[in-house]
Amino acid sequence: MNPEFAGSQYVIEVIYLIASALFILSLKWMSSPATARHGILAGEIGMVLAIGGTLLRHGIIDWKWIIIALVLGSGIGVPLGMVQMTAVPQRTALSHAFGALCVTLVGSAEFYLRSPDVPKFMMSVLSMEVILGGLTFTGSLMAAGKLQEVLPQRPITFKGQNLVNFLLFAAAVGSAVYLVQHPGAKELFPFVVGISLVIGVLLVIPIGGADMPTVISLLNSYAGLSAAAMGFVLNSKLLIIAGALDGSSGFILSVIMSKAMNRSFTNVLFGAFGQVQASAAAGQEAKPVRSATPEEAAAILSAANKVVVVPGYGMAVAQAQHKVRELYDVLTKKGVDVRFAIHPVAGRMPGHMNVLLAEADIPYDRLIEMDEINGDFPQTDVALIIGANDVTNPAARTDQASPIFGMPILDVDKAHTVMVIKRGMSPGFAGIDNPLYYLDRTLMLFGDAKQFVGGIVKELGGH
Amino acid sequence: MGSNLIDALFVFMLAAFIGFEVIRHVSPLLHTPLMSLTNALDAIAVVGAIVLVGEKKSTFATVLGVIAIIAATSNVVGGFIITDRMLRMFKTSRPAKAQGTKS
Repeated sequence: MNPEFAGSQYVIEVIYLIASALFILSLKWMSSPATARHGILAGEIGMVLAIGGTLLRHGIIDWKWIIIALVLGSGIGVPLGMVQMTAVPQRTALSHAFGALCVTLVGSAEFYLRSPDVPKFMMSVLSMEVILGGLTFTGSLMAAGKLQEVLPQRPITFKGQNLVNFLLFAAAVGSAVYLVQHPGAKELFPFVVGISLVIGVLLVIPIGGADMPTVISLLNSYAGLSAAAMGFVLNSKLLIIAGALDGSSGFILSVIMSKAMNRSFTNVLFGAFGQVQASAAAGQEAKPVRSATPEEAAAILSAANKVVVVPGYGMAVAQAQHKVRELYDVLTKKGVDVRFAIHPVAGRMPGHMNVLLAEADIPYDRLIEMDEINGDFPQTDVALIIGANDVTNPAARTDQASPIFGMPILDVDKAHTVMVIKRGMSPGFAGIDNPLYYLDRTLMLFGDAKQFVGGIVKELGGH
Repeated sequence: MGSNLIDALFVFMLAAFIGFEVIRHVSPLLHTPLMSLTNALDAIAVVGAIVLVGEKKSTFATVLGVIAIIAATSNVVGGFIITDRMLRMFKTSRPAKAQGTKS
């Protein structure tokens, strides 16, 4: 260890220790909305302590560029913190990219500073750091691009994609192994970083929009693991702890998301990507559906006792959450019990629907998770589906041939009346037809979600 | 180096377990703010970048380090701001009584 490990060094380590404890508390307080804001405060104090402690370090002789960079970074951070709530998924993806960029750059700089004297273990974690960091960087940029719709949301696939990915990955790992043996081989290092960047792009372009919750969670986990690897390289326990916390958080979220889409555990780790293009575009004969106008929908809703609203990505796209709130208000005033059923993968990232509905001032105790509300559908008078499709598809329960067979769904088809607000009869993202639409108890409400809900509200005498 | 490595692995293992336990209890309601918070915390990697720039060992390292600090700081600042904005939106219809209904 460092011979001059004395005096101020101890102070700094103690500061890091306190910061680590604050980070853990910060996550612990996130368990309930009532304490969550303490969590932010704890995190902020921990962060300020950690950065302040670092500035005290002995080896630091140049302040100018640190200050400039901190100011510039804060300047970029403020607008990134002020984005619209509907833009949160792409903002999150972008911040995964920034985190991974930081890790990759520091890892690369460390390599060139230390080469050729890099111990074997350090070179291994350093390689892991830049490989994970590199692929998370470009992968997250791709995800952000798709979510922002700069890039096509449709999966982009080509023949032999998996083979190409595998070969590239093998090449990156192979080069890394060579570097572990011969850390002086500087010319090989850019190759490792470059391949990782390419892998990141290739991993995410075959993913369609509906798979984004899993992908974002997985990238979150990778970003954390790469930071932990950086902690090993720099021998910083603070970084290891923060990275491990972030890594396990992303991991848990991706497991939850994959369960909600009926994917296996290994599928998450290795094959979550690009599995869902099994579109069953069977020759669809035009089956009859029943449709209704806003007036009819309003009449049915005001006669109901219990209404469950099922929001999906379509609600986010149409920005209909505020109109939905008005509907909630008028119905509640009429004595109707209105609740919201939240499927874990509804939307584009974990918890997406909760944030949008909270933004529209809908109290969070009205937002009910799938497992809790599913038993209540048989006693529900109206299930109103707004922009959700696959998560309500009863074929997932019954049709073994369906690509989503086995996926847990919201049992809306058990409600007395089902109303579906939808722009047209086109099938959802996965290209799977939804038998729900052809049930006798189902009414299709064709139109833009925002306008249609607005129409219902007007009928009910809201605005 | 050897014992440091083992120490570090122990720390990683324990932190990962704590992470699993703590995060398992986070309400699904808050999964989005959770992700933006862990993102901000993860940007503690800025510490490594600060040391890199501060030690001024080579121009190359300083340039990479400055970009790294900018990227990570924007995550810290942006991450905390947006998490706070999101959490402020979560309101309950019941008066603030004993919290912790379910998960």
